[in-house]
Amino acid sequence: MEGALLWILIFPLIGFAVNGLAAAAAARLRRELPLRFTAFVACAGPTLSFLLALDLFRRFLGEEPEHRLLVQEVFRWIGSGDLSVHLRLLADPLSLAMVLVVAGVGGVIHFYSAGYMAHDKGHARYFAFLNLFLFFMLLLVLGDSLLTLFVGWEGVGLCSYLLIGFWFEDTEKARAGKKAFIVNRIGDFGFLLGMLLLASSLARLGGGATLAIGEIAARVHELPRGVIEGAALLLFIGATGKSAQIPLYIWLPDAMAGPTPVSALIHAATMVTAGVYMIARMSFLYELAPAASAVVLLVGAATALFAATIAVTQTDIKKVLAYSTVSQLGYMMIGVGAGAFAAGIFHVFTHAFFKACLFLGAGSVIHAVSGEQDIRKMGGLFRKMPRTGWTFLIATAAIAGFPPLSGFFSKDEILFRAFSGTSAALSWAPKAAWVLGTLAAVLTAFYMFRLFFLVFAGGEGEKTRGAHESPPLFTVPLVILAAGAALAGFLGVPAALGGGNRFEHWLAPVFESAHHGKGYASAHASHGTELVLMALAVAIAVFGTSAAHAFYVRNQELPARLAGRFPAVYRTVRDKFYVDEIYYVLVVHPIHVVSRRVLFRIVDVRIVDGLVNLAGHLARGFSYMLRFAQSGHAQTYAFVLLAALAVLLWKVL
Amino acid sequence: MAPETHYLMVSLVLFLVGCVGVLARRNLLVVLMGIELMLNAANLAFAAFSRSRLLVDGEIVVFFVIAVAAAEAAVGLAIVVALYRKKETVNLDRFNVLHQ
Repeated sequence: MEGALLWILIFPLIGFAVNGLAAAAAARLRRELPLRFTAFVACAGPTLSFLLALDLFRRFLGEEPEHRLLVQEVFRWIGSGDLSVHLRLLADPLSLAMVLVVAGVGGVIHFYSAGYMAHDKGHARYFAFLNLFLFFMLLLVLGDSLLTLFVGWEGVGLCSYLLIGFWFEDTEKARAGKKAFIVNRIGDFGFLLGMLLLASSLARLGGGATLAIGEIAARVHELPRGVIEGAALLLFIGATGKSAQIPLYIWLPDAMAGPTPVSALIHAATMVTAGVYMIARMSFLYELAPAASAVVLLVGAATALFAATIAVTQTDIKKVLAYSTVSQLGYMMIGVGAGAFAAGIFHVFTHAFFKACLFLGAGSVIHAVSGEQDIRKMGGLFRKMPRTGWTFLIATAAIAGFPPLSGFFSKDEILFRAFSGTSAALSWAPKAAWVLGTLAAVLTAFYMFRLFFLVFAGGEGEKTRGAHESPPLFTVPLVILAAGAALAGFLGVPAALGGGNRFEHWLAPVFESAHHGKGYASAHASHGTELVLMALAVAIAVFGTSAAHAFYVRNQELPARLAGRFPAVYRTVRDKFYVDEIYYVLVVHPIHVVSRRVLFRIVDVRIVDGLVNLAGHLARGFSYMLRFAQSGHAQTYAFVLLAALAVLLWKVL
Repeated sequence: MAPETHYLMVSLVLFLVGCVGVLARRNLLVVLMGIELMLNAANLAFAAFSRSRLLVDGEIVVFFVIAVAAAEAAVGLAIVVALYRKKETVNLDRFNVLHQ
């Protein structure tokens, strides 16, 4: 049974190796690999991993909750002084839930890719990267120490770079890949510092440095308060990079440059959820760090609302979805920041289904309208692409929060926990997060249905004339994901609606230790409050949707009129609050100037080159003196010989 | 009968003259002559020691040295002639081809 864990990890790696080596060999022979081969190899990896994970899940269900734990030692990785790091894999309810999402939804995206990338010459390279991505994500999820987690963390960063910049001949796309990589690197630096702070503080307390999460959890109570808060904040900086929170969210919208299935994989199932997963994994730390938790809460809430406002004005189908992802990640952060870790992970879980469905649906649409991404040029696609349309509608309704679809349960749980939660550091933070989150929910329903109406409803757009339904390789994954988006919520029906919230109970053993620290008991305030909030959420969803309907179906000139009424506001929002420009002025440009003026002209040319040249000059000067000795005059040599002999004789005698 | 030291003094003077000739003169022929002088200085010392110690070994060495010196002079002169044909000079300073 232990071996299974390693195999979950290795199957995608085998796919990467086979496809990667085959692609390299084929390139050497100037041949092309058949798509049937590469796609089969690529899809086999995640499928086998998923089946193994499913088997593990079945066994876990048969065990008592506290025995649902599986650890596998792979090898001892680092043994230096009192620091010993093992490469150990850990399956518990939390990591297993993540594995099922990553391998399951990721696997569906692999199948979809087989259709989507069929005409791309680089499909072998593409599938190799996709498999590698999955491998690193699984390593991140299964690793039992912060260091192993970090390896996966860096690995998905690398793969996102490779995949976002997949079409590297296009400078714009290559640049987007670079941006994702660099922005993530900033966050990773914070993560690294947090990790080192924890390890060194524990070492200073005695008992040895450790990076194993279980050992940190056992000893975290000994640490001083400041260290805990600091480490929690530093780790959160890492999470803002990976999970695209303010201020490091800017890479995610640009990440749309990659192939659409990649967007689905990054946005739905893997990379961006890593930050949320990491905070949930470190829940014991955040429980003891109320200030850092309040920061997580507020940053998440601000991100949720901020990104939602931008999503309202975007006209690129994938950009709308991208900002929607940023916004939804904000919700997940509200969840984990409020101490409702299970609710945050539940939203990760449901979001994986509906966002993957939305992205793949968008891919199907883009495919049908021959590469057009501007939603203003679409319209009336529902009749032409009924399967894509229906699945897109279900996913849209799920993200907008219509009961009983999955998004309703997970988002509502998060907002309820924020509403009824308390914060020891900032008493107003949870309520503020609730207000921001609720406003964001109105906008979510609005912009998602705006997208739906513009693309699928109304008359024929200028680009949609010849559109037709996509082949089954597209629509079958869509149907699977739409079914997930519709039904996943039933795993987490709250008690107020007579459900057992099975998802939370499943995760309970992981977060139990965390909940011993501070009381989040108020989360179970009263069913009455919860029901009122639910009614409010439904009203919000209906209001947002009908507003979108009013704007984009009934009165189609209304948006333009409103934009004309408040031109400055409209322009600011459309141009994403000029955040990229602000970054350029405040960060990128100064770095350029300093690099060129100071680092290049002074440090590099004068100091570094100067030192190198100095070494050269010294050697040359020295040899210049020695050069005279090699005159080629036999007499000079003879004289030196005799003189040396004379000196020797004189010394000896 | 002059004491041994006188012979040795003459030998030393001869050797130094030869040495300076080898090191300081630029004419290849003079250099060769300097070498002959040094060899003969050594011969004189051998003969002097042989005489004062009443041993015959030294004189045997002298014969060997004379034979070697004769051979050397023959080969050396041949080389000088060959060099002269090449460079039309016997000035040593012009023979620094190793340097290039």
